[in-house]
Amino acid sequence: MTMLKTLAPYEFKSRDAVENYQGRQLLYVNWERHRMFSRPFVLAMKPETPFSAVLEEMAACFSYHPDWQHIDWDKAIWQNGNTPFSPDRNKSLKDNGIGHKDLIRFRTPGLDGIAGTGY
Amino acid sequence: MDMKVAKKLGLKERYALMTRDLAWDTTYQKMEDVFPQTTYEGIKIHDWDKWEDPFRLTMDAYWKYQSEKERKLYAILDGFNQNNGHLSVTDARYINVLKLFLGSTPPLELMAARGFSMMGRQMNGAGPRVACQMQAVDEYRHFQTQIHSISNYNKYYNGMDEFAHQQSRMWYLSDGKSFFDDAITAGPFEFMVAIGFAFEYVLTNILFVPFISGAAYNGDMAAMTVGFSAQSDEARHMTLGLECIKFMLEQDPDNLPIVQRWIDKWTWRGTRKLASVGMMMDYMLPKRIMSFKEAWEMYVEENGGALFKDLARYGITIPKCFSQTIEEKEHVSHQSWIGFYMKPQATPFHTWIPTPDEMDWLSEKYPNTFDQYYRPVLEFFDAQEKAGNRFDNKTAPMNCQVCVSTMKFNEPGDPMEMCFRESIYQGEKFHTCSDHCKEIFDNEPEKYSQTFISSHQVLQGNCEPDGVDVNAPDFKPGQDMLGYWKLDKRALGDFNGSEDQKNFAAWREQATKN
Repeated sequence: MTMLKTLAPYEFKSRDAVENYQGRQLLYVNWERHRMFSRPFVLAMKPETPFSAVLEEMAACFSYHPDWQHIDWDKAIWQNGNTPFSPDRNKSLKDNGIGHKDLIRFRTPGLDGIAGTGY
Repeated sequence: MDMKVAKKLGLKERYALMTRDLAWDTTYQKMEDVFPQTTYEGIKIHDWDKWEDPFRLTMDAYWKYQSEKERKLYAILDGFNQNNGHLSVTDARYINVLKLFLGSTPPLELMAARGFSMMGRQMNGAGPRVACQMQAVDEYRHFQTQIHSISNYNKYYNGMDEFAHQQSRMWYLSDGKSFFDDAITAGPFEFMVAIGFAFEYVLTNILFVPFISGAAYNGDMAAMTVGFSAQSDEARHMTLGLECIKFMLEQDPDNLPIVQRWIDKWTWRGTRKLASVGMMMDYMLPKRIMSFKEAWEMYVEENGGALFKDLARYGITIPKCFSQTIEEKEHVSHQSWIGFYMKPQATPFHTWIPTPDEMDWLSEKYPNTFDQYYRPVLEFFDAQEKAGNRFDNKTAPMNCQVCVSTMKFNEPGDPMEMCFRESIYQGEKFHTCSDHCKEIFDNEPEKYSQTFISSHQVLQGNCEPDGVDVNAPDFKPGQDMLGYWKLDKRALGDFNGSEDQKNFAAWREQATKN
């Protein structure tokens, strides 16, 4: 139950409601154990966008890391939030079950960052 | 004939006449209608006269003390400026501390001035009202003197002139802005716990030690003097914050759980806000005073711990977040610096990789973590920069919904894993950086679903420089962030090769040789 106390009614829409994004939705992407990138990045994409577009954005950012070229894509582990899932690169975000403000967590077993530090 | 000389008033009488005696109870309007803010938070006050004024300062004495302090301060500032004091600092990298400080701190002093002005109106009791009004004037003074001391640097170095514009727009200033926005939109008692207690009392040393002592260590007389001039005010502020806590707890036992929740909340919010101060201490001061970890141990664990022991007699327990802050003191400064280093095109100050000597200092100060987690990646960045491939992460950040820090902290107990927490409110997901921020969100989701997250606002098309047509068919949001932020291009990038670095070296040469 909320603990908010106010002097007057307090009802406002969420500032990041999906309708504020002109048909697009937010998506966060993190490469686990590669903390060189400090934090996940955020994208705004239409739900019909193929997942391959996310992979392109990942390559643009993450390929700076020497581990990127060693990824065995068959072994990559994907989570949407804390739930494991297997994205299909040719299907849309929507058909991959990805909604507004979902966080994709991408793991590459055996690759643990620079000198195995998690960075 | 004997002259009849009026007896000089004692301090106590003078104080009573000039504070409480100036107040009255309203009769045309009900008191609760005039002061609605002091009841709606649930805090029960039975007798405002029980408020013990922690410092018996009247306005006339206040003006006298403050004007003396101002005269001394400005005499030193003038001397420093006329003697090209900026060239006596240890190293041009130091000036970036001032740039970060200028953007993040004076605007918050101004918010504190606004907040305490509001408290000066909202509190029923005349004692706290007068104290809050004085603190409001103090905060305004700090806001001004900090800007004045740094303004001389602005004549010579890049990236300082648009700090006021950037305050409500830059991604990395959002955490401090959100801290004060949250406090000022709460009720007066929560504001007092947030600013008067958690920030002024528990955490203020962590902010002022690196700034004042750091300035002194690095030859910046101007900033050091501003700090000292503010310090006697701070002592008064701390006393006011503590008195307010004790007053609430003494007035009614029902106040305890409310005050405890606020202490838990604001100690954590303050801790998050100070992560960037950690990086100032460990990475940005060319001559370091002590590590952030050592400062945390001295000022928070020891002094803060003793304070909470003292409050135990009222039933207050140590804030829930305390053990996590102790674990994080080994990590946050390094994590913050990496977060800033990788954004050379998005801050008005420079970043760099520590020299080998400085890395050795970090290894010595952080024997449990630096070599194991942070040195290898910093050495990798260094090698890349030397090979002409300096790191520049062009992506936009994910932020915590409560503290608005970027999501850069590790899972407690596992420094290699990121920490993510999630809540659902009215069908929408909200992400937080920690258990403590999640709890704050879950307690008041109506409030935090309003958080201004700059990267989201960019993607909504709300962060465009003047003149951009957001309705044009080919409009893409966020194409000119430098224009929106008014970032001076000369202030961007690595410190190595910057105009500041070249100018400082050239001017110092001129000052010391023919």
